[in-house]
Amino acid sequence: MPEITTHEFDVVVIGAGGAGLRAAIEAKERGLRTAVVCKSLLGKAHTVMAEGGAAAAMGNVWPEDNWQVHFRDTMRGGKMLNNWRMAQLHAQEAPDRIYELERWGALFDRTADGRILQRDFGGHRYARLAHVGDRTGLELIRTLQQRAVALDVDVFMECKVLRLVKDAEGRVSGAVGYWRPTGEPVAFRAKAVVLATGSVGKSWLYTSNSWESTGDGHAMALWAGADLIDMECVQFHPTGMVWPLSVRGILVTEGVRGDGGVLRNSEGKRFMFDYIPAMFAAETADNEAEADRWYEDHINNRRPPELLPRDEVARSINSEVKNGRGSPHGGVFLDIATRRTPEYIRRRLPSMYHQFKELAGVDITVEAMEVGPTCHYIMGGIRVDADTEATTVPGLFAAGEVAAGLHGANRLGGNSLSDLLVFGRRAGVAASDYAEGRSATPVLDSTEVDAVLAEADAPFARSEGESPYDVHSDLQKMMQELVGIIRTESELVQALGELDKLEDRAGRLKVQGGRAYNPGWNLATDLPAMLSVSRTVTRGALERRESRGGHTRDDYPTADPELGKVNFVQREGTDGSLSIAPEPIPAMPPELQALLQEESH
Amino acid sequence: MGDVTMRVWRGDPEGGTFTDYAMPEVEGEVVLDVIHRIQAGPAPDLACRWNCKAGKCGSCSAEINGRPRLMCMTRMDELPAGEPVVVAPMRTFPIIRDLVTDVSFNFEVARRVPPLAPRAPEADGTHRMMQQDIDRGQEFRKCIECFLCQDVCHVIRDHEENKQYFAGPRFFIRLMELESHPLDTDDRRELVRQRMGVGFCNITKCCTEVCPEHIKITDNGIIPLKERVVDSSYDPVAWLGRKILRRTKRTAAEAAAGAPDYQGSTVSAPIS
Repeated sequence: MPEITTHEFDVVVIGAGGAGLRAAIEAKERGLRTAVVCKSLLGKAHTVMAEGGAAAAMGNVWPEDNWQVHFRDTMRGGKMLNNWRMAQLHAQEAPDRIYELERWGALFDRTADGRILQRDFGGHRYARLAHVGDRTGLELIRTLQQRAVALDVDVFMECKVLRLVKDAEGRVSGAVGYWRPTGEPVAFRAKAVVLATGSVGKSWLYTSNSWESTGDGHAMALWAGADLIDMECVQFHPTGMVWPLSVRGILVTEGVRGDGGVLRNSEGKRFMFDYIPAMFAAETADNEAEADRWYEDHINNRRPPELLPRDEVARSINSEVKNGRGSPHGGVFLDIATRRTPEYIRRRLPSMYHQFKELAGVDITVEAMEVGPTCHYIMGGIRVDADTEATTVPGLFAAGEVAAGLHGANRLGGNSLSDLLVFGRRAGVAASDYAEGRSATPVLDSTEVDAVLAEADAPFARSEGESPYDVHSDLQKMMQELVGIIRTESELVQALGELDKLEDRAGRLKVQGGRAYNPGWNLATDLPAMLSVSRTVTRGALERRESRGGHTRDDYPTADPELGKVNFVQREGTDGSLSIAPEPIPAMPPELQALLQEESH
Repeated sequence: MGDVTMRVWRGDPEGGTFTDYAMPEVEGEVVLDVIHRIQAGPAPDLACRWNCKAGKCGSCSAEINGRPRLMCMTRMDELPAGEPVVVAPMRTFPIIRDLVTDVSFNFEVARRVPPLAPRAPEADGTHRMMQQDIDRGQEFRKCIECFLCQDVCHVIRDHEENKQYFAGPRFFIRLMELESHPLDTDDRRELVRQRMGVGFCNITKCCTEVCPEHIKITDNGIIPLKERVVDSSYDPVAWLGRKILRRTKRTAAEAAAGAPDYQGSTVSAPIS
């Protein structure tokens, strides 16, 4: 094995999506030695794929909007499993974070009087999403990237982190990994580490996520002794592409529905009117005429059912398909062609137009799209302190999708980009405070570092063994089939058994070729995290015997009020065993509870 | 459906060669899908970059049948049937391995671009910008940094020595975006003229042709940028100023000598 190079920083941020970059910017502005470490090139992280917008109650389109309404929408969308303090901070601080991006060069779409335009999205009472057509994520990541470059943040691109390393006092003192281009090992000594590694979608077959979303941060935190909560809460976005097969799962923005698109089944019926849950009945239109009037007049009309929160819409599509009313390729129809002019569609949804035209040969200004649910986001994740994003392990912070709490059991569209900004910044502040308070240079235990590298290297040494691609493919099929959008006890128990077998197989992998830019080996080193995450999702799904938000149990089809009061906390013991137990969610102060009692109109 | 021959360049900085893979045809696939099937089958160590697989991240740039394109947005059924599909790495950048090139040149140029210097906000602390004033800037910000425009640009495609004087099309639109930004207070014209090498471009529009985002790089970016630079350069007051201060036009090489340090940075991996 080549010689290991060790770098020293005050704050090391793992992940270069929106949360990671925002955290790094904060630490660098404080004058700390700051590094960002990421698996891909700078600017390619999954944030770039976000389409619709960033939710912030700026009130530019509807002056009635404010943080209290945004807070209420977020809590109700999350089926009240949210950390109330995170939902409050998020709603209060999101507008400042958006305006800050503008000062750094972002060019959001404008209102007629030159302010930032806001668009409608599911579950938001008012048009609230700052956006740039349907490429908002690109605008966000490019702006943060350019800011980070201007501040001269050190960026370690195409560098995979394998494990966190702790010191004798149990504080995180750094991390170890390798450069993908050369395969050479690398280590970081850091006074504070921020995990901003994003999602876990690559454990499922049909996902909107890129290859990077292998749950590295979730797993590294778990292995380091941190708590994970509510891992069963996985969001299946209602509208992914379904055809051709090669693009199955690629995201179709909720903006299509926000801008007037509707869902129809094979009979041409707008079926969402059949699926309005009691919780949202008071604020949802029960007829097409009222739903259509709402786009122009939010005050005197109720919202179209197509704009119910994502969990509701995904389940409804699933049910239509299951009952034989699906589209030819197993989805439903998303129609904006009959509802808006071609010019409007091309202006508001340019990348959707482009994506369907080039990948599916479908002109969305003329024809309906075929769409179906796709694994998109995980609401569960690392347990953090609401104000500081500190995990339960000293020196370790987490922000963005890898952290849990803000979104409860279901995330509203548009709340992810604002989450990255608000809590990325907060994690940067708190990690900087922590690093400044830690005087001695952290020490990396070389025995531990060597052991991590030896484990990663093992597949090279085996003369026989399985291909990592085969194990990954089988994991994806299994999770899709047994731990998908609708779950049941017998299948979840079966999934745990399958995970045992897959873990055994993953311990006997063989890879071909050398260390330099070897995707087979890279996948082999991503698999341990995918397997750990899959296990925690399955364990959580088994324990939460109710249906709530993104977690749907066929055998427990309704929400259980008692389980709505707890997080399922998972923790790895020093012997490697996984424990799971319910713990009460933090109690909400009365003044915030009062906001939730209010009638919607 | 039958088999298709994928002729993929395999190699490293020392050299390489094309290797043929006979792969079954599958309906609706793009080139990147077939590359992935090669990885999962005959060549698990075949190196290629990719992320979003939807034309949004700009990672999977390559030269397909000699044309710079995104592998994820090139459908197999639009390529000539019955002929091998030739997939090669971008030629303008050094090889790391197989289809992966060292694009750190672009990240180094990015560090030399002075960021937005916004004017003071309105009384309410926010800014006003009219949509028509940012339409052009938004067109440039559609850029997904696939670097295909850099790859195809003849100024640097076969002229490694020009890279130190020349920012390339991607950064000309970035500079034009900043120069036309309604809030910006900086003036980058001399920098563009003397250190970014916009004068080297002779408007062959190759960059515009390969842009997967259909940005009109030449017409809307480079030509207006050249005009701005020329306007400042031939402005009589500026001319008089230079005369008095005995300044003459510098060559690009001289200008580059005064540019910020150009050696590598930690933004790229160590290429051994």
